Formats: sequence, structure tokens, C-alpha cells
Amino acid sequence: MKILVPVKRVVDHNVKIRVKTDGSGVDLANAKMSMNPFDEIAVEQAVRMKEAGEATEVVVVSVGPAQAQEVLRTALAMGADRAILILADGRVEPLSVAKILQRVAQAEGAGMVILGKQAIDDDCNQTGQMLAALLGWSQATFASKIEMEGAHALVTREIDGGLQQIRVTLPAVVTADLRLNEPRYASLPNIMKAKKKPLVQQTPEDLGLPIAPRLTVLRVEEPVARASGIKVGSVAELLDKLKTEAAVI
Amino acid sequence: MAILLFADHDNASLSEHSARALGAALQIGPEVDILIAGQGACAAADAAAALAGVRRVLLAEADPLAERMAEPTAALIVQLAVDYDTILAPATSSGKNVLPRVAALLDVMQISEVTQIVAPDTFKRPIYAGNAIEVVQSTDALRVLTIRSASFAPAATGDGAAPVVAVDPAAAPALSSFGQNLLSVSDRPDLSSARIVVSGGRALGSKQRFEAVINPLADKLGAAVGASRAAVDAGYAANDHQVGQTGKVVAPDLYIACGISGAIQHLAGMKDSRIIVAINSDGEAPIFQVADYGIVGDIFDIVPQMERAL
Repeated sequence: MKILVPVKRVVDHNVKIRVKTDGSGVDLANAKMSMNPFDEIAVEQAVRMKEAGEATEVVVVSVGPAQAQEVLRTALAMGADRAILILADGRVEPLSVAKILQRVAQAEGAGMVILGKQAIDDDCNQTGQMLAALLGWSQATFASKIEMEGAHALVTREIDGGLQQIRVTLPAVVTADLRLNEPRYASLPNIMKAKKKPLVQQTPEDLGLPIAPRLTVLRVEEPVARASGIKVGSVAELLDKLKTEAAVI
Repeated sequence: MAILLFADHDNASLSEHSARALGAALQIGPEVDILIAGQGACAAADAAAALAGVRRVLLAEADPLAERMAEPTAALIVQLAVDYDTILAPATSSGKNVLPRVAALLDVMQISEVTQIVAPDTFKRPIYAGNAIEVVQSTDALRVLTIRSASFAPAATGDGAAPVVAVDPAAAPALSSFGQNLLSVSDRPDLSSARIVVSGGRALGSKQRFEAVINPLADKLGAAVGASRAAVDAGYAANDHQVGQTGKVVAPDLYIACGISGAIQHLAGMKDSRIIVAINSDGEAPIFQVADYGIVGDIFDIVPQMERAL
């Protein structure tokens, strides 16, 4: 079984982003960029499944600018076999990404697609579900455990009240939640080896797909800041404030 | 044209998220139908019909819908979509699972986690863990939205005037099957709709100490228990207790953060709370920047003091 792992290049999770003063977006100039943390978990999962003999090949794919090669090389250093970059500058919405991934998954004959449940930049949480819909495959979102059972996979999902186990028929799309695994750090020899692994580039036009956005971003605003609070000196003072000033207890 | 609300429920009862999503829907337009997809879900349908402002309740019952598996549920919503120009759901694990599948089948770009209705086609939503707010306008003929329920007041419970209409489930291939739910059993209120939340962080140091320090205060206040990602990663609290960008987003009347430093990912999940209390030994911790009331000190000393004084 071949596993396809889509990965997204996003602003690093430690970067505190700033909204541009003209409201046109967020200022990412010179910001450190990394692989979306949930996609890192997806790569780790696919590599572990290959190591366990459950997968034969791990192919990583990214839709993004030329610099997205860096996150693909990171995935190759973690153990993926080869990479595909679909070159697209600017904002590409999850629906367009899902359409591109649909073509790639079909062309590759993937038996499973594993990807992060959401990207930490647009926080959409859509791509995996949309891809499953377009492919007509089953989906298992927010996975914290994947167990292979022949033509099926038993997936444990994180839901609001706890966990849920479902059995999906393969091929399937699985989206990774935080506790699926802890991604490895790539070793230096593996980083060197990754430079020689195949990475091909294509464009959405090669796949015959338009990627014009459906949503118009009118502006991007600063969130409303909370008024600064006070420090109190004792528990008695705190409880008094909560009772009389805030009236919440 | 009308609005279809895919409700969150457990067949026996309707979750408060559904009433809050209805509050959002009624800001878009007056004709709102609520879809109850389930099995043996009459009680949830009756609860939906009792909400003020509902036009009709559509009740679709079938075994594959009992747990609202994504494939048959999305097929059902797509089958109903022709009568609506907006389809929405609360951004619960069920809504987030099903609605993007619906959107793709309808060739629509979904708008996730809407926090404000600006116009029927224009919405505000947080991006970058809530560090920026995007104002987006849809160019699609149909809109598909998930609603961040913490940002909207629930619709009132009315007098149950809305009719309940049975609809047929859609024919969908059985691609997946339900196994079992392993739900946390707790007498405490639901974290995402509780009026008071007491949360603990990594400073608690162990699962035993987390439970010994956080739980008594929560029980005294009738509060839900939350946790930072660090505390969940360390195994002090269950996964579904996590508050933050990738966990639950809460906006209670009172949020008490105990030993939580306040990483931006955590703040994303609680900074819309009405009153925030921070207790931390580090007076420079970022949590104090969003707190209405802060106490600098040892949580093992202060939290039990609070519990005894209540």
C-alpha cells in the first residue's frame, strides 16, 4: 500500500504574528516557516507504517511556493521516499488543495492519505474531509490511533466527549490529531540522504485545475484586546472581587 | 431562501451548541430548519422544535446515522441542500467532521469557525490561533459555515411550536462503520458549555496532584475541569480536557487558570471568557496579560485556600 502525505508550509508555531496596519493580511516577512505540526505527525505515522511493513512507499506532496521544497526535504529526511511539489503562489483555499490532492492521489494509486487535521495558519480544518468527499472515500478525522486490519483500518478518533473507534474501508483519508504519535527528529545522515531523494515539481495547470479563491478576504483585523487587569494580594481579596465586582460567583 | 442547521446531539438530547448555532443562523435570516440526523432521536428533535425561531425540524433516522458517520450524513445533507442557501453547524467534533465533506460535494468553499455574522455572505473568523481576525465574503451561491458556538448567545427555548417532519436518509455506500464510543464519565458540567472552568497546567507536576488541587475547587464551584496542552501531554488530564487552538474553545463567565503560563495556543482557547483569573508563581507569565484578576504565588497554597474559603 502506498501512503500519500500532504504537507503544508506554515509560519512556525512559536512565531507571534502581526496584523499589517493596512488590514491587508498578516506580516510574514522574515518569519520562520516550518512544516505544519499536524502534518509532521502525519509524516511520522506513514513512516512508522512503512517501517512496520504496513506500507510499501510514502509519498509526500505540498501545494505552495518554491520554498515549500524545504518542508518536503524535512519529510524526506524523516523517512518519506519521494516528494511532489505543486507550485502555487498566493492564497490557495482548502477546496482547491483538495482538488489538486485528488488528482495526485488518483495518479499515484494511493491506498491511504494521511494529513494533519488542520493547518495552524488558516485554522480551517477542511482539507482531509474535502479530499475524502472528492475521492468518494471513507474518512477518519482527528485520529489518535490507526490499526490496520487487511482491507480496513480501525481508527480511534478524538471527539468532544472522549474517544470514538470507527472502522474505515480502504482506500481512506485519515486526519492526524495531536496524540497520534511524537514525530522524530531527522538525523544528520538522513538529512544528507534526503537531498538525493526524488522531488518533482508540477503546477495546478499541469493538472488542469483552476485555483482561483472562492472567498474574498475583505480585511484582516487585530483581535479585540482585553483591558488590562489587576493583581490582587490575597485569596480573600480575589474572592471579594469575584463576588462583588465581577459577580461571577 | 432558507437556512439548514445540522444539529449536534446524542439522539436523547440536544447539545447547547445547537441552540447557539441557531442564534447565529437567525442573524443570517429568519427561515431556519434544524436537521436532526440520528436513530431513535425523537427526543432531540422535540428539543430542537422547542427552540424559539425554528421554522421546522427535519428528522432523518437510520442506523448509519445513529453516530452521524461522515459519509451517510454528508450524503443526507447534500440531498436536502437544494432548498437552502446557507448550511451551517456548530463547530463541534461532529460538525467539523461532516460539513467540509458536504461543502466539497457541493463544490463550495467552507467558512470555518465563524465568530461574527457581518452580512448574510460576509463573516468574521479567527486565524493564526486567534491572533488575527479575517473578514471574508463568499462568492459561492450557497454558503457552508461552521459556527464557533462560544461567540453566540443561545436561542431561547420557546413553546415547541415548530413541526417535526420526517425525511428519508440518503442512499450512501457503507464505507465505514461505527465501533464504539469511549466517553469520559464525569458528574461535572461539559467543558465547552460550562459557566465556570478551572484549568490546570504543567506546574501541577503529576496526575495525582492535578486531581488533588484542581478537582476540589472545580467541584466547589460546580465548574468544568480544563487543562493546558502541556498538562495533557504530560498525562495529567485527559485529551478532551485540552483548551486551546487545537483543543476546545471555551468562553465561560469565569475561567480560572492555575499554573498555566499562557502560550498563545492556550490563550486562543479561552481569551473570550468573561472574567479570567490567573494564579501563577511567575509574575511575568503571559497569562497575566489577559487576566482580569491575578495572584502571584504558589498554586499548591492558593488553590486549596480558595476552595476552603468558598
